[in-house]
Amino acid sequence: MNPVLENIITYLIVFAVGGVICAIAQLLIIKTKLTPARILVIFLLVGVFLEGIGVYKPLNDLFQAGISVPIIGFGASLTRGAIEYGKQIGLLGTLGGGLIRNALGIGTAVIASYLVTLIFSPKSK
Amino acid sequence: MSSVTLHTGKNCAFLTNTRIAEKVPNKGKQTITYKNPPHIQGRMSVVGAKEGRGPLGKYFHKVLDDDKMGEKTFENAEIKMLTAAIDGAVNDSGLKTKDIDLIISGDLLNQVTTSNYVAREYHVPYLGVYSACSTMTEALNLASTFISAGHFENVLCSTASHFATAERTYRYPLEYGCQRPPYAQWTVTGAGCTVLSASGNGPKITMGTVGRVIDFGTTDLNNMGAAMAPAAMDTMVALFRETGAKPSDFDLIITGDLGKLGSDILRDLMMEQGYNLGQRYIDCGNMIFDVTQKCYQGGSGAACSATVFNSFVLDKVLDGTYGTVAYFATGALMNTQSCYQGETIPCISHAVVIER
Amino acid sequence: MDESKRNQRYEDYVASVTPKTGTWRSLWHSFWIGGLTCVIAQGIGDIYYALFPNLGKDLIVSFTSMTIITLAILFTGLGFFDVIARKGGAGSFLPITGFANAMASASMEFKTEGLIMGTSVKMFTVVGPVVVNGIVWSAVAAIINLLITGGL
Repeated sequence: MNPVLENIITYLIVFAVGGVICAIAQLLIIKTKLTPARILVIFLLVGVFLEGIGVYKPLNDLFQAGISVPIIGFGASLTRGAIEYGKQIGLLGTLGGGLIRNALGIGTAVIASYLVTLIFSPKSK
Repeated sequence: MSSVTLHTGKNCAFLTNTRIAEKVPNKGKQTITYKNPPHIQGRMSVVGAKEGRGPLGKYFHKVLDDDKMGEKTFENAEIKMLTAAIDGAVNDSGLKTKDIDLIISGDLLNQVTTSNYVAREYHVPYLGVYSACSTMTEALNLASTFISAGHFENVLCSTASHFATAERTYRYPLEYGCQRPPYAQWTVTGAGCTVLSASGNGPKITMGTVGRVIDFGTTDLNNMGAAMAPAAMDTMVALFRETGAKPSDFDLIITGDLGKLGSDILRDLMMEQGYNLGQRYIDCGNMIFDVTQKCYQGGSGAACSATVFNSFVLDKVLDGTYGTVAYFATGALMNTQSCYQGETIPCISHAVVIER
Repeated sequence: MDESKRNQRYEDYVASVTPKTGTWRSLWHSFWIGGLTCVIAQGIGDIYYALFPNLGKDLIVSFTSMTIITLAILFTGLGFFDVIARKGGAGSFLPITGFANAMASASMEFKTEGLIMGTSVKMFTVVGPVVVNGIVWSAVAAIINLLITGGL
């Protein structure tokens, strides 16, 4: 297939899947009394579950950023790390594996937040 | 908006069998008639930029162009705002700060710190009061009682609230991207202050009704109007029953910060109690912002009713448009922990009656 | 009439008069904002892959999320992330950018109490549930997974 067309299809899939996942979360907000924090945790656990039963990887190959950018991807990545390090060094590896795999992202978030805090102040709306 | 069928009292059938007077026998009297009614001698309202752009903008005495007022923190800005309101009101009354015998003040922050820090600067006896957004009427009632009994000559009542500090105390960080439901309300940035004197020729506070804590079991922290409307109803019914008055005996009936939804619910509730509020009823929260300002159901916060009362309402009383005004401020008495612990939202409403 | 009955009726009444969020409208907004966030992340990932083809897929993914996290935090600092979020709803808080925004906003908000007692203490007030549940349940899931697959 034409590589340009292939790229366009990939991007369309990413857009549609990412959008639908977010729309489902929005539907939960409107229709139930769940707070955003609870919904985040629910989707995170969906990611943990998908990776735990081993179906996340094929989904990720198919949907790419569409499924890995929503918080589902974070949950799956934590679980992936825990499983990998568990395989390497045994039971104790599962306790820190998730953090090791995601250390770059979490570290960036903490450091960037800290830097931004030094520069900017919140504004009244 | 599904509010077309409102104001008839027919679509709220939750009190059908029993009237409230029979259900809760009124043991004590809630309404006080002041023997020596105090006069409103000075007043001042300070609001933030957003409120200044609203429909009532031209009535407010001072509109800030910067909600932070050049201070380092929003808390300091709130203190500065309340100080400005107090100074302005004392000035307006023609008194000096040393003539003030008592300051009664409150706000929305933990341990009413804003008022405490403001009072620190004045070296005047001070009472800090809290009943959330109905703080202003609680302060007015206390002050009227003191003056009517002859204990004090000049008493100053003030409240303040600030959008940024209230958000932090009750909700999320300012820059946090959260979507508010369409029935949410917007905390008013502002401060209001009233100076009451035993003598003078200003409008009189002739009566006051002390509210009871009413809880109809609502739990939605965003839907304050629905939580507070029953409290307003209870106090309103108490005032009307005990004085034998009808809504038509008042030229204007105002509630504090029920917002659009809450004031519609209150109309329904009062209709069911047999009182038609009609055109003479307005809500400060409903008036302070207009639809284009994206404030959902309108304003809330202690300053919402305090600023509108001290500017628009008293202006209209002084120029003779309204002779008798009943002012009900409503407050929700929860905090964030109590709601996470599964408690419902208890609410209160205090009232004062102002006559020209 | 007993109080719980009255409260139940009041609740029903309030539910009948409370305006609802326009369902299709807000779903559409969260759909396109959420989708767009994912597309931007995909685009950044593809650019990195084109520039550094021999980095390996895992590292590319890490760099991509680092980039969008930094962008989201910068937007938060400049004060317009919450404008997008008010429209996007779940479309803006569900992607990893929402996680970054929650962290940066809490950290900025409590700057006034000082960098130690304010920022450092309160940084995780909003994202705490995600981090804690993520770590706990990923470990549990991994242990179960490894017990079943015999990886331990």
